[in-house]
This record gives sequence, C-alpha cells and structure tokens, in this order.
Amino acid sequence: MSDVGAAVEFDHVPCPFCGLLCDDLKISRAGAALKVVKNGCGKAVAGFERALPAVSPQIDGRDVPLNDAIGEAARLIRKSSAPLYGGLATDVGGMRAVMSLADRSRGVVDHALSEAASSNLKILQSTGWIMSTLTETRNRADVVVIVGSDIHKLHPRFFERIVCAETTLFEDSFKPRSVVFIGDGLDQSGATGPRVGNVVTLPCAMDRVDEVVAALLSRMRGHPVSGDNVAGVALAAIDQLASTLSEAQYPVLVWAPAGLETNNPDLTVHAVCDIVRLLNKTTRAAGLTLGGDEGGQTATSVCGWQSGYPARVSYASGAPDYDPENNSVPRKLAANESDLLVWIASYTPDLGPPETSLPTVLLGPPGMSTAGKPAVFIPVGTPGIDHSGQLIRCDSVVSLPLRNLGRSDNPSVASVLAAIEAAL
Amino acid sequence: MLIKLTGGKVFDPANGMDGEIRDIYIEDGVIIAPPLDRRADHEYPLHGRVVMAGAIDPHTHIGGGKMTIGRLMLPEDHRGDPVCRGHLTRAGCGHAVPSTLTAGYRYAEMGYTAGFEPAMLPANARQAHMEMADTPMIDKGAFAMLGSDDFFLRQLAAKEDIEAIKDYVAWTLHATQAIAIKVVNPGGISAFKFNQRQLDLDEHHAHYGVTPRDVLLSLSRAVKELGITHPLHVHGCNLGVPGNVETTANTIAGMEGLPVHLTHIQFHSYGTEGDRKFSSGAARVAELVNSHKNVSIDVGQVLFGQTCTASGDSMRQYGNTGSASPNKWVVMDIECDAGCGVVPMRYRDKSFVNALQWAIGLELFLLIDDPWRIFLTTDHPNGAPFTFYPHLIRLLMDKGFRNDMLQKINPDAANSSVLASLDREYTLYEIAIMTRAGPARSLGLKDRGHLGVGACADITVYEDLADREAMFATPVFVFKNGELIVKSGRIVKVVQGATHVARPDFDKGIEKSLRSYFDRFHTVGFDNIAVSDDEIRVDGYGSIVVQPTAARV
Repeated sequence: MSDVGAAVEFDHVPCPFCGLLCDDLKISRAGAALKVVKNGCGKAVAGFERALPAVSPQIDGRDVPLNDAIGEAARLIRKSSAPLYGGLATDVGGMRAVMSLADRSRGVVDHALSEAASSNLKILQSTGWIMSTLTETRNRADVVVIVGSDIHKLHPRFFERIVCAETTLFEDSFKPRSVVFIGDGLDQSGATGPRVGNVVTLPCAMDRVDEVVAALLSRMRGHPVSGDNVAGVALAAIDQLASTLSEAQYPVLVWAPAGLETNNPDLTVHAVCDIVRLLNKTTRAAGLTLGGDEGGQTATSVCGWQSGYPARVSYASGAPDYDPENNSVPRKLAANESDLLVWIASYTPDLGPPETSLPTVLLGPPGMSTAGKPAVFIPVGTPGIDHSGQLIRCDSVVSLPLRNLGRSDNPSVASVLAAIEAAL
Repeated sequence: MLIKLTGGKVFDPANGMDGEIRDIYIEDGVIIAPPLDRRADHEYPLHGRVVMAGAIDPHTHIGGGKMTIGRLMLPEDHRGDPVCRGHLTRAGCGHAVPSTLTAGYRYAEMGYTAGFEPAMLPANARQAHMEMADTPMIDKGAFAMLGSDDFFLRQLAAKEDIEAIKDYVAWTLHATQAIAIKVVNPGGISAFKFNQRQLDLDEHHAHYGVTPRDVLLSLSRAVKELGITHPLHVHGCNLGVPGNVETTANTIAGMEGLPVHLTHIQFHSYGTEGDRKFSSGAARVAELVNSHKNVSIDVGQVLFGQTCTASGDSMRQYGNTGSASPNKWVVMDIECDAGCGVVPMRYRDKSFVNALQWAIGLELFLLIDDPWRIFLTTDHPNGAPFTFYPHLIRLLMDKGFRNDMLQKINPDAANSSVLASLDREYTLYEIAIMTRAGPARSLGLKDRGHLGVGACADITVYEDLADREAMFATPVFVFKNGELIVKSGRIVKVVQGATHVARPDFDKGIEKSLRSYFDRFHTVGFDNIAVSDDEIRVDGYGSIVVQPTAARV
C-alpha cells in the first residue's frame, strides 16, 4: 500500500460493480481510501469508496497466517467427497482457478446469481435469439423497449451511456428515440434529454408483464386477443406498440434477468425473443440482456469454454455434468447433498454465503457479512481495485481489463485458489 | 539435452525432402545440425516411420465469443462426448464445439502443434485470447476481422487516403494481438444491420455507398503494402448461396493480381444447374485458382454428421437459419464492429445438397494442382469438427476408399459429381505441404512447419500404415518445442503453446482519430481497447512470438 497522503489519480477506470463495466471513471486514491472523482453511479461510489476493515485470515474465527488458512481449506477440500463451489463473484483468473479446483476435487460450480440468469440460458438452449450489444444499441436503436425490469435501478448508467448518448454514428439520419416501458413503477427518470423522443408506458403490474408481452406477440402474429385490455393495459396501446416496432429501423428490447418479477420469467424472455425473431423477417430488431453483475457473465463464459456448459456443472463423475436443476447450490444445500461449501465473492460484501450447517470455506472481501462462522475465512482483494484482472460484460462479447489501483495487498481469488490446489 | 530421431522417412517439403531417410537432432527445443562429437542423450529409433513437422491448422474456430455461444447452446451435443479428467489432463467435452481444454488435447493427439482462429472480432479479441490461452498443447494465433466495422467503412466512404487505412489495419493487428486480417462478407455484416439481406460484389451498402469490391481491394492492398505475410483472408460474399460460383469467379478476377486467400471455398463454389438448381462449381473454381497464382485457398470440407456452424457472417447465417438442426440459432449485431451467427447443422449423406457439398469439397482438393496454395480444412466446426481430418486425409490419399464412400451418398448427388472420374491420390509429400509447409509459409511462421536447422522442434511421427485414416489419427510420437507430448496418440505431457502475432509499423497519428472515435461513439474507451502483452502471458503460462513482416511500401 502507498503512503497516506500521496493522492494518486486514475483515469479511464473500468468499474466492476455491475455488468455494464463502464470504463470512464476517474478515481483518486489517498492511502487505502478511494474516491470516485468522475462518472460514478451510486453502485460505483458504494463499491470503490467502501472503507476496508483490516481483517486477518481466520480458522474457526481465530486469526491465523494466510498459509495456515490455505492449508486448512485444502484439508477440508481434500476430505470432502462433494464440495460445492458457490458465489463465484470473481474475475476471469479467479474463475479459471475455480474450474481447475472443482475439476480436481470433483466439485459442483454454481454462481450466486444463476437463478436469475437461468431464463436466458433456457431460451438460448431451446430456441436461440437475435441479440445486440451496448455499442450497437447506443448508435443504432430508434426504439428502446424496457421489458419488465427496473433497468435504471439495476444499471444506473444505462440510460445515460446508451439511450441518451450525446453522439451517435448516424447523426444524419438520427431521430430522437422512443422509449417504451412495459411494467408499472419502473424508474423512468433516465429517459430524458434531447436524444429521447416519445416515452410510452404500458403500466401493468410487474408480475403480469409476461401477459402483456405474450399479447403483444399474439397481435404481431395477427392473432386475436379477447377483451379490450390485458393486465390493465389497453389492447389499443399494445397494438400501437406492435406498429411502433414494425415501423422502426432497429428496435431493441432490453431486459435485466434479475429484475424480471413476472410469474414465469422463462416465458417472458421466450416471448421477447419471439417478437424479435418475428420482426427480423421484415426489418431489423434485436434483444439486449443486461445483468451479468458480480462476475456473473464471466462465470458463465469461463465455465462455458472450459467445461462446455454454463454454471451448475458437477465434476462428480470425472467429466463435467450439466444439470441446471440438480446442480444448484441452494438446492444441494437444502437437500443435504454435500459436505463442504466453498463460497467465493470479491465485489460487494453483501453477497455472503447462504445459511448452512455445512463447514464453509469463505473467500470474501474484508467486512463480508456472514450468517454463521465459517470454518475458514480468507479475505480477498476486489478485481479492478486491489489487483488487475479481466471481466466479461453483460452482452457476453466485450471484456474489459481491470486495473490494480493499489488499495490493499489482499490476494486475488486466483492466487488463493491456486495455492489451495497446490496444497491438496 | 540432445535428442536424436533416428532413421525415419522425412517429409519436409519446405526443404525439398520427400521421404528420405534422415536423422534429426534436437537441442533446447530447436532442430540443430548433426553434432560432430557428441552422443545423443536420448534416441528414438524411427526406422520405417514417417516424420513430418507438427501439423498447422490455418483456419479453425477455436476461440472467441461465438464458439462459447455455440458451447452454451448445445449441451445435448456435448453429452455425447464427455471427457473425464486424466492423470495429466483436465475434464471437458468434445465433438462439434469442444471445450477449449479438450480441443487442445485432441489437436495434439492428432499430431497438430498449431491452430489459427480465423475470425477474431476486434471487439471480442480479449476473450478470444482468453479462450486460446485455455487451449493447451498447441501454438495459436488469430486473424482480426475488418471490413464491416464502422470505422473502416467511414474511412472508405470518405475516400480517405490508403495510408490512413493502412495505419488503421496495422493498429488493429497490434491492439488485438493478431497475425493476419480477415474480411467476412465484405461490408455485408454492416449492411445486414441496415436490413440488406444480400450484398453481391458490386452492390452498394445502403448507408455507406461502398461495395464489397471496394472493401476487398482496399484491405488487400493495405495488407500487402504493410508487409503482412498472410494475404487478406477472404470469406467472400454470398456464402452458401446456389450460383455463388459467379461471385467467386468475379472476386478472383477483381483482385487485380493482389494476393488473396479465399477461405472455405467449398461454400463458395455452387452453381445452379440441374433439377434442384444446385450444382458443383468446383471445376470452374479450380481452373481459376490454377490460373491465378495470387490466389490461395482452403477448402472447408463438409463431412457428415452433427456439427455447428459459427461465423461472423450474420447476414448469411441468418439466411441459413431455416436449415438449423436442432432448430435453434443465435444471430448477433456486435459493437458497430461486426456480427455473428451460430447455427447448428447436421450434414446428412442422404441429402442431395449435403452430399453434393461433400463432393464439391473433394473435387476442389483433387482439381487444384498446386498443394502450396490449398490448405486442408473443414473450417472447424462449420464443415465438420477438426477431428475428421484423418478421415479426410484418407479420402484424398485413397481412391478406392473414396469411391466406396461415394457409393453411400445420395445417388443423385453422386451422379452429378465428377468425383468418380478423378483418379488423383494425394501423396504424403503433398499432405505434408497442405498441412504443414504451405500454411506455415502462407502465415509467415518462420520457424514452424519445417524440419530444417533452426526450426522449432514441433515434430510428428507416424506409423506408415496403409490405412491413412488410422495413421493420421494416432501418431506414434508428437514433440512440441522438442519435448515429447504425445505417445501412441495419448498425451504424456501437458504444455502451453505460444501466441503468434504480426506487428507491422504504423503511424501513431491514427490513434488520435481512434481515440476520438471511441470516445464519441463507443462504450469502451480507447485506453481499454488494446489487449496487452501481459494479458497474453497470463501468469507466465502464455508467450508471444512476433513473426517478421516485410517493410511497409
């Protein structure tokens, strides 16, 4: 760590605290204290500026040297017949180390936010989809439909950076873009400024967004829908949206999986993707899924290329076995199907391990809240603050290099797990 | 340690060696001249066996986002080929879109020591390199995709000076850690974003006004004048469209003698004759390739079974979605940079179209004269998974076997192909050219693909079996950098290959325009675009080999 008082400034800093990975932050550091000087949202400020308590590695709550904690973690993993690797809120290097250790120890890997991402994966694996990315949407979308999730709350700079961007590549043909919100009570405050034209709301209850989306799809297919409203939204408004989409050059339908509160998010995502597919028969259109927080997209992608499958993979048989129902860590814990939980998190201290009677090896940021007392606790650094690294963005295409801002010497997840594997 | 490979039949076309008995000496990972006064520390008697340089796949989709989309989309395919952890190797899965780890192992087990990812989107370069870093055993490299990115199309539409285009091309190679430049459906990926569903060679892009011909000529000239060894790697217009042989012919003629590599040309060699309006254009394409020495090709052979097509060509992949099997597919518009389409495909030998595709690929192999200008590929996994290479080699080397296979395919397809009348059988020397010396020369890999003094000791040893498929499927020994990594087709040591790159000179002034462009339009700032050397050399398990480029013209 550098001396207190010697303030250092970092420009173009990528922010690891949500799946958008905004990379235009300016951060200053004095000693271990970071300050977001420019371009941070609330999440970034909370993440970067959080004061780090000084904590030591622990075994059963006793402070121990790091090597002892690593040795004890290795002992527990060696002894375990079916370790669960959960949380997985880490970077590419950390995920590589998780995969290596899980493969070696015949464990199960599952990300903390897998449940939210599962609707997307089911649709990808059953029908596929037509998708856009952040830059493509920023420059090209003439209609942005926010589907049943509070994007402004979950990704506070999405509107600023994508929807309301100051300049686009196609200024000569630019018309203010229409923004449509499907769902009542979604924060619309981001949809303002000269780039935004019409703002339309289809105000249904959040748990009935799937009905409105299904009705929209039916009407676009030319099918009748009974009644004059669906979930309180006038059929005329749904028909109007159908024509807005058909007449648009490049409408983009946006959702954040974690924000979908519909009764059946699988059907919501399915219908959205069907709408996009239908539009593409005559015009262009695309979906855009956000999310990917807590290293979620990174976990999916690294697990994907190393094992062939998204998370919820078990190595119990020696080969990767993908079973998104059975290999859920919460389900495994509830069914008492394991003897050890290894929980890995390195961003927000709130992503603590679930309550369990199993012994737990916890790799977490200093100050992480835990329900019980872990058998082993190893404080780890946050990628992009305490060490360098790489993260994959929500659109699954772009990845960002994360910088070491020199806040602390806390080790990376990758280095701790590599040491544990070496000690097995 | 001094290693001696004794008495093998050496096929080393780069040095004109055609099966001569020769001893090879290796020290510190490199092939050395026979030492006068020292005994070898280890000797491998190879009498009667065939010795070649490690094989090089110049066009294989092994790393990058679209492959991982394919992986995530196809759990049912992986389940048919689970790969358990071994004493040395990690678990994974194989078949159409194998896990990165398994891909590396299986390439090495087949005697391959290098593979090149041909469609790295600059926006996705970082991830492509991550995936390649997780592909053990083999060397790798990547071709950066340009030609549908808005920066280049704006340059072209504004008629910017070729020097500025060259600077941008060179900057891209540096920033993405690439060794060559590829163009896919020139301008067409961008045109698709404007709802154009086709863009033939002289059709105008709806927004930029430029044509694929303009894109091809400026990029191929830029590549040549920058001194990049590998010519512009071209996935042409109209992939898979019956009648596209015309486009291919016009493309070859239109290159005005500039060096060009036409990739997976099988998919671009279709005529419209016959009842089904689908016929072979192989003879015409072969004649054109034979008479145009500026053209090299790889085939993209189709072989039967389940696979998954994955391409940057979002326009044509969208057009192919009707054939998706199983019926699911992904198309993406990406970052004002490119796009992708991932469409699972099951090629059936009883299907007229698929069977004729198979025959067209083989016709091309057998009708193109110069093995230095044709490379053996299936465009993995688009035509078939790379694990079919030994089978493909047997089809080329064994006319009897080929004719037996011809009997099994759709009879109308067999009858409409000239394949049965082609007697050519590839020799081991020609196979060594197509799979080693030719790709190495074309890609500018100075010390790979040959067995001369100073070459990297990437060496494969085969039993000289009559069944060429069995021979090429299971090498006796594979050496990587002089270390024995495979014995009898099984991995005995896990190693990490290098990443090959090319770094032509450029005027850094271009970075000013790029900085402003990224700041104004993109969601990643200029300072976070470039993939650094440290990111490739992750924790010391990767390394970089900068291959030479000629002086800029």
